[in-house]
Amino acid sequence: MRISVNGQAHDLDVDPETPLLWALRDEIGLTGTKFGCGMAQCGACMVHVDGMPIRSCVTPVSALEGRDIVTIEGISGKEADAVRQAWVALDVSQCGYCQSGQIMSAVALLSVEPKPDDKAINDGMAGNICRCATYPKIRAAIHAAAKSLEG
Amino acid sequence: MKSLLALSIAGLVGLSVAIIGPVAFGQQPATRDLRAPVDFASIQDRTQRSVALFEEAGKVITHPRCANCHPAGDRPSQGMDMHPHNPPVVRGEGNMGAPGLQCTTCHGEKNAAIPTSSIRSIPGNPQWHLAPVEMAWQGKSLGAICEQIKDPARNGGRDLAKIHEHMASDDLVGWGWNPGDGREPAPGTQARFGEIIQAWIDTGAACPKP
Repeated sequence: MRISVNGQAHDLDVDPETPLLWALRDEIGLTGTKFGCGMAQCGACMVHVDGMPIRSCVTPVSALEGRDIVTIEGISGKEADAVRQAWVALDVSQCGYCQSGQIMSAVALLSVEPKPDDKAINDGMAGNICRCATYPKIRAAIHAAAKSLEG
Repeated sequence: MKSLLALSIAGLVGLSVAIIGPVAFGQQPATRDLRAPVDFASIQDRTQRSVALFEEAGKVITHPRCANCHPAGDRPSQGMDMHPHNPPVVRGEGNMGAPGLQCTTCHGEKNAAIPTSSIRSIPGNPQWHLAPVEMAWQGKSLGAICEQIKDPARNGGRDLAKIHEHMASDDLVGWGWNPGDGREPAPGTQARFGEIIQAWIDTGAACPKP
């Protein structure tokens, strides 16, 4: 089985039902995508597939042949740059474990909704849990990233 | 030798009771099954027969596998107790979730088994989405749902033939009978449900009192 991750093809010799998360971490060696709950409840394992946010812990690799997978290691573009800068400027992370997933969701949100209000941020980020409760900083960073994308 | 044989027979009987017993009781055949149109033939009055057929279809329509995604508000429910969906997703434009957290973020093209988790699997279907709010069923009587289903202003502009098609053939509706490990399927089969809906239409599509 062959999947494309961050623009690079990878041949995998795994059970087709293997969740993408474990193919990324254990087979390909991309450990930026985290295991949190393993049942699509926390958002730590978020990646993009064809530009859309997907939970890699519940997505079998069999569903991903011919699709374009992007992880935290490969995320790029103006929204990603804006989010990265805002995250650093506001020092969002505490323990950092959930932040890979938070950033993947934030980039996906801004790609569709360039100027999200608080409700749009709440709705779009509701699936990403942070045990350090960095939510106020995440919200501020998304607003800051949106502002930097203006003009 | 005789006593050994007796013991092993007793053991086998005990084992089969242990295996069959809970299954038979757990499935509650009386409510799990869906009766066929022929079972309503004895009702002479056509309108009464139609109402009885819709009430039978109501076993499916009000089952959590179907009603969970026909919420009255902006958030679906889940589980047999129909608790609010977690993660706290919202309807969003087009009933597909919010930007950043769409239905497809977690729900893939087919059910995804997670044998190690308490929820056993994540539901999936290529068309996974919420019913539009004008098609909300939660909190309504079966009679009110029936009138709503017939009303083109609240049923996506469908005539009765299209309603039958949705109930009998739609793949996402059909998920209700194939909900994945850890979830009770809707009663009967989609084919039987389609027969009941067709018989209801053929008898005048009468509704129970709201």
